[in-house]
Amino acid sequence: MPNLQANTGGIISPNPFWLASAPPTNSGPQIMRAFDAGWGGAVWKTLGVPIQNVSSRFGGLNVGTKRAVGFNNIELITDRPLESNFKEIYEVKKRYPKHAVIVSLMVETEQEWKEIIKRSIDAGADGLELNFGCPHGMCERGMGSAVGQEPKVNERITSWAVHYSTVPVLVKLTPNVSDIRPHGLAAKRGGAHGVSLINTIKSIIGVDIDRFIPEPRVAGLSTNGGYCGAAVKPIALHMCASLARERDFGIPISGIGGVSNWRDAVEFILLGSSSVQVCTEVMLRGYRVVEDMIEGLTEYMTTHGFETIDQMVGKAVPQYSEWGDLDMNYETVAKIDADKCIGCHLCLVACDDGAHQCIHPGENVMKNGMAVNVPKIDESECVGCNLCQIVCPVEGCIDMVAVANGHKPATWNQHVSEGAKLRHKKGSH
Amino acid sequence: MDIPSDRSEVVFQDFKAAFTPAQAVTEANRCLFCADAPCVQACPTEIEIPQFIRKIATGNLKGSARTIFDSNILGMSCARVCPVEVLCAGACVYNHRGEEPIAIGKLQRYATDEAFAKGWRFFTAGKATGKSVGLVGAGPASLAAAHELRRRGHAVTIYDKRKVVGGLNTTGVAPYKMKSDRSLDEVRYVLGIGGIEVKTGVEVTDFVALQKQHDAIFIGVGLGADSKLGIPGEDRTHGAVEMIEKLKLGRVAFDKTKPAVVVGGGNTALDAVRELKGLGIDNVTLVYRGQEPSMSGYQHEWAAAKLENVRAQWQTQPVAYEGGVLKCVKLDAAKKAIAGSDFAVPAELVLVAIGQAKLAVPGLKVEKGCIVADENGATSVRGVFTGGDCMNGGKEVVNAAAEGKRAAIAIDKFLGGK
Repeated sequence: MPNLQANTGGIISPNPFWLASAPPTNSGPQIMRAFDAGWGGAVWKTLGVPIQNVSSRFGGLNVGTKRAVGFNNIELITDRPLESNFKEIYEVKKRYPKHAVIVSLMVETEQEWKEIIKRSIDAGADGLELNFGCPHGMCERGMGSAVGQEPKVNERITSWAVHYSTVPVLVKLTPNVSDIRPHGLAAKRGGAHGVSLINTIKSIIGVDIDRFIPEPRVAGLSTNGGYCGAAVKPIALHMCASLARERDFGIPISGIGGVSNWRDAVEFILLGSSSVQVCTEVMLRGYRVVEDMIEGLTEYMTTHGFETIDQMVGKAVPQYSEWGDLDMNYETVAKIDADKCIGCHLCLVACDDGAHQCIHPGENVMKNGMAVNVPKIDESECVGCNLCQIVCPVEGCIDMVAVANGHKPATWNQHVSEGAKLRHKKGSH
Repeated sequence: MDIPSDRSEVVFQDFKAAFTPAQAVTEANRCLFCADAPCVQACPTEIEIPQFIRKIATGNLKGSARTIFDSNILGMSCARVCPVEVLCAGACVYNHRGEEPIAIGKLQRYATDEAFAKGWRFFTAGKATGKSVGLVGAGPASLAAAHELRRRGHAVTIYDKRKVVGGLNTTGVAPYKMKSDRSLDEVRYVLGIGGIEVKTGVEVTDFVALQKQHDAIFIGVGLGADSKLGIPGEDRTHGAVEMIEKLKLGRVAFDKTKPAVVVGGGNTALDAVRELKGLGIDNVTLVYRGQEPSMSGYQHEWAAAKLENVRAQWQTQPVAYEGGVLKCVKLDAAKKAIAGSDFAVPAELVLVAIGQAKLAVPGLKVEKGCIVADENGATSVRGVFTGGDCMNGGKEVVNAAAEGKRAAIAIDKFLGGK
């Protein structure tokens, strides 16, 4: 049985599944229910000077009948009195001493940071998370992503927090930057024990096309919000991996962004996360989603022979390379399994209109008493782009098969610097 | 063309219930949006099915209905009466993935019902050509032809010997698929293009004479009366088509406790047994001279009849109807009577559904009772076209709709159109 215990910059949790700082961590009773459901840690809804929120606050991006594959919000930090929050943090830690309670913080002056850090640690916080990421409402007041977008400010405030804290400090980074690395490095220079990323992405989730008002609507107006949910995972994975492979970085990462199930969590861990944080999936379906996350991760670790989370962390990072180091002579072509093909021709139309026009009507094969036209691939034209496999609705029907073309591996960089010979270009006439 | 509101058929519920908006959108989103889609290839009217379904999924219902009606102006009735199990849905690629095919008929009904409810109309008559076309018979083939001819600007007159229009769509469709008033809704929708004159109660027998009044003729007269068994006591049996028309347009009364028999193995016979069941008759038996798998009626219709507790006597030939029983013999595989196999099936009511007579069409080349025509419906007489049951021998509404439209395009060409 693998050990799921996670260590994120000195913050120990019984498993790597944390609730992100957000509405699911708004109060003590909620977090206690979450721990009962199996969550290993919780990052408390950001504390600061309590604010007032608007209604409505959330918007969903639906695709077909699938609701809220993307999500956004214009909610701010906690609107509850600090006193209530600290009292509940104390109660949670008393009842759940082995679970990780990380307190998210966002204030302005050094004095305010000093005071709120002391009160958080006095209440029992296992760690702190500095909210340098919120892209709406708070940044206009000089906090949140306004800090995360300025490496110097980030470093200075981080160094204050680290100075006043006796528990590990994580810096939560905003993705609303062109390159995440200077910001992660600034947190490290400030002395952070780790970073959390990503916070939400600046967004307009949609427009009410009858009222001509963006969503979510607040009376007759709207504003930009923070985008999250399953749809943001690719952006988050890239930023996580960018820091994980940055030679000068080297501090732990708590991965956030579209983690909806154990597979997503495994991906984040393989790209360098020591723990993962979840918000949207819980907002949509409740704390109970963690049961499958724990089981799925356990089974995955068992299958792959991982005994600890540490053995998994960053396992896929070395394979994240620059384009110029990819083997240009590696060649694949699509193969259609006629036994599995159902004759929908989605590959054909996709290749025709969106790729290289190399899939054509093929032979009719009799299935269930009907003639099914199985498309055929013109392999001399197929560039191996993968589009057909992506649109194919039948698992395992289209396979991208490596071609033994006789060429030695050669990268673009080798071609430019050493004149390495590249194979003949396909589909470029 | 008024019909009474207390018709016997009104007790029937839809066998396939209409989709709610949520059900329709969910089902529409299942559609894979195939290219060169097998469902389109399986539709005689070649409706762009993936397109109309995608438009339901995105909330573009008007566009969805337009796509359907552009190919088939009888798309509302076809949505209800088409045997989708052997046409579009039967060809759905999901069948090859071991999943339920898309409920294409129900989605088509959803879009077309909405168009009827909202009064969406998509087509207007073309610029007048000065040419006139006479259509004989006011069934689906003629209606489809008339609409297409109006889009192309020809003057159109439909003649029907009946008082009620719509042909078998009004008088013959099983009421758990569509009732006669809905067929009349569709007739009004088709006629809504304007300029289609309908002359009811006019029986045309001399097609050559009709040619003097019109520049082209379309014959869509369908089939004739129910065929006879030719057995003693037949005068106390009823033709199934005739009985179905009665229960659809008026009232029929049966002793529900007494057994009934339907003779035949085609789709009219299968409709009839389910209709008798639906009218409350407990004991309904199908008597068919062939074996179960070889019946010409659709297996999915027979499966539904079996679920309604309809019994069957296979390889059985009626020989006489007397004394409240249908006397029968069993047949062997070669359909020869087996000596000594006589038995009796109790029957207070006997419906005969063994086909319909072909109508006489003097002056035209006819083979096996069907008017001979080329792939565009052109008959042996120049300027006379045909389509529907009188040409194809008795197929689906959707075949009639396709043939009527195709003939209209050919007529347009014949009259000098492009």
